[in-house]
Amino acid sequence: MQKQSLWPELVGVWTYRDFIMASVARDFSQRYKRSFLGALWAVLSPLSMILIYTLVFSNLMQGRLFEGSSEYSYSTYLIAGLLPWALFAEMVSRGQMMFLENANLLKKAAFPKLCLPAILIIGALQNFCIVFSVFLLGLLLQGEFRGIVTLTIIPVLAIQILFAAGAALLLATLNVFFRDVMQLTAILLQLTFWLTPIAYAISIIPMSYQWLFGLNPLLPIFGAYQIIMVRGLPPDWWSLAPTLALALALNIFAWVIFKARFNEIVDEL
Amino acid sequence: MDSITVSGVGKAYRDYPNRWSRLREWVNPTSNVYHTKNWVIRNISFSIRAGAAIGLVGVNGAGKSTLLKMIAGVSSVSEGRVEVIGRVSAILELGLAFHPDYTGRQNVRLAGMLLGHSHEEMDALMPDIAEFAEIGDYLDRPVRTYSTGMQVRLAFSVATARRPDILLVDEALSVGDVYFQQKSFARIRSYRELGSTLVLVSHDKTAIQSICDSVILLDRGRVIDQGEPAAMFDLYNALIADPSGATLNKSHAADGRSVTVSGTGQAKVSSIKILHEGSDVEARSFIVGAQVVLEVQVEAHADIERLIFGYMVRDRLGQVVYGTNTHHTGNPLCNVRSGSKILFRLSFSLNIGPGKYSISTALVSSDTHLDSNYEWTDQAHQFEVLIGDRAYFEGSSWLEPSVEVVI
Repeated sequence: MQKQSLWPELVGVWTYRDFIMASVARDFSQRYKRSFLGALWAVLSPLSMILIYTLVFSNLMQGRLFEGSSEYSYSTYLIAGLLPWALFAEMVSRGQMMFLENANLLKKAAFPKLCLPAILIIGALQNFCIVFSVFLLGLLLQGEFRGIVTLTIIPVLAIQILFAAGAALLLATLNVFFRDVMQLTAILLQLTFWLTPIAYAISIIPMSYQWLFGLNPLLPIFGAYQIIMVRGLPPDWWSLAPTLALALALNIFAWVIFKARFNEIVDEL
Repeated sequence: MDSITVSGVGKAYRDYPNRWSRLREWVNPTSNVYHTKNWVIRNISFSIRAGAAIGLVGVNGAGKSTLLKMIAGVSSVSEGRVEVIGRVSAILELGLAFHPDYTGRQNVRLAGMLLGHSHEEMDALMPDIAEFAEIGDYLDRPVRTYSTGMQVRLAFSVATARRPDILLVDEALSVGDVYFQQKSFARIRSYRELGSTLVLVSHDKTAIQSICDSVILLDRGRVIDQGEPAAMFDLYNALIADPSGATLNKSHAADGRSVTVSGTGQAKVSSIKILHEGSDVEARSFIVGAQVVLEVQVEAHADIERLIFGYMVRDRLGQVVYGTNTHHTGNPLCNVRSGSKILFRLSFSLNIGPGKYSISTALVSSDTHLDSNYEWTDQAHQFEVLIGDRAYFEGSSWLEPSVEVVI
């Protein structure tokens, strides 16, 4: 049996770094190839989401976010959560397809398989960075930019990416054998979006149900973005600890499943 | 030193009776097995020393490609071990990893990186790749505008841009045009001379014989035999004619050549002679261009509805120089009685180059080797052609010119 060990795999991924970067560039250009507006779509599609949610929710939410919120607060609050959510959703929904979509490659070339999640992470992060810098620019223009504390979103993002990568690897492996996973993931993503206070504030949820929301491992992450971007305060790091632990556990579990089923993946494709 | 060691290798695909059984097997804490294993190859062991060139030969479904994929590390082994020492470049089903919307150049860059080359290496290799592929301006056009041949050219050029320690080639080269085939073989040959190990999967006997020093014959997932190309192809032909292998008989002639006989034995060749025309003394060596008669005595051991005699003259590499049968010449025999003896006399001039030749004979019921095969004998007879007093020439055919020089 061929053994997949983590360390040699990671070394392999490093030696294939040029392939990974070239693939990221190709994925990016492929997405916007043969379109007039090109990479502008990377900004336009989240912008349309932001407009829709702002129209629907801003009146509902006005003054209910927290004390002293300004007229732009809802937009800032929404975008602070929506953009990272788009990153999360992209990583999970595209990630679960990574073995199926690259069947041709997996069947024809010998390369470290963890290149595929690496391409996914870097590609999704690239999109996120484009959109997020537009957002930061907007904040700067409105004088709502929070300064140096903004940098504290980086470790929060890292936890989110770790969590999403684990989920993607697990779902991608399962998806090769059980295509139901694909359908299920789409539903679960929708559900998770609405069960996480991104478009609304947790304060509108009746007190008696709020503990239930506390079970959502993504809640502390999105809470952290909102605190950083809207109030300009560093996040409560301890509240992120359970999510980090869960993300690590998810990755270990995904790796174990992937390792056990790896040989079958290529045969099944 | 061996650069490829395959020991006790087998490949099985899992067959689950239904979707639920796979899920049940996954979640079941007891290690109950719900699948059956479908072994496509099993118990394969061989080693290939560094610098050797090996051909993998067998009918479709024999497991050649599966084996090659396992050596390449693309497909996993289900049991046993494959050890490979050195940098491997594999050409498995060419060109298909190219993206149709991108130009040849863009695809080449990514494909090269997928082989483990760096960004800078690809910059350096690009001119050579473009030059070798010879597709001109098409290099900067989308791959979807390419012909299959152009894709093959480009893919081969990338895969062999740098000399690998081990080169694995699956069939692929049969796709391209003759010019490019020869060019690629020249490159493969030159890499061999520089020390690369080569494993070639092909149905093309000429290709394998011209480049490989040994052939591994596979059938239904097993290694049948390993040996020199000519002998293995004889065995291969015998296997095609008689898949059960029951009547296959391999023996060694007096001079150490292996003689392969297969068939039902309903008719047999009892003697073969080559005579100079007008003489009745058997000879073994002839001068280029000699008029000869091939006399083949056949005995029927059963009543036969239709009997065709065929023969092939092969050179020392086993390549067919000439072959025909009495179906094509319009002399089929019908209703042959058991015990009857038939003499076939074939007169021809030996317009072939100097060298050692062998004759293979076939007794069949129709013009295809696959119908009823009474007897097929490879290396049934040997003879030699000498240059004698003829004007010196090169090559395998005697195309004697009458020379006129005009000044």
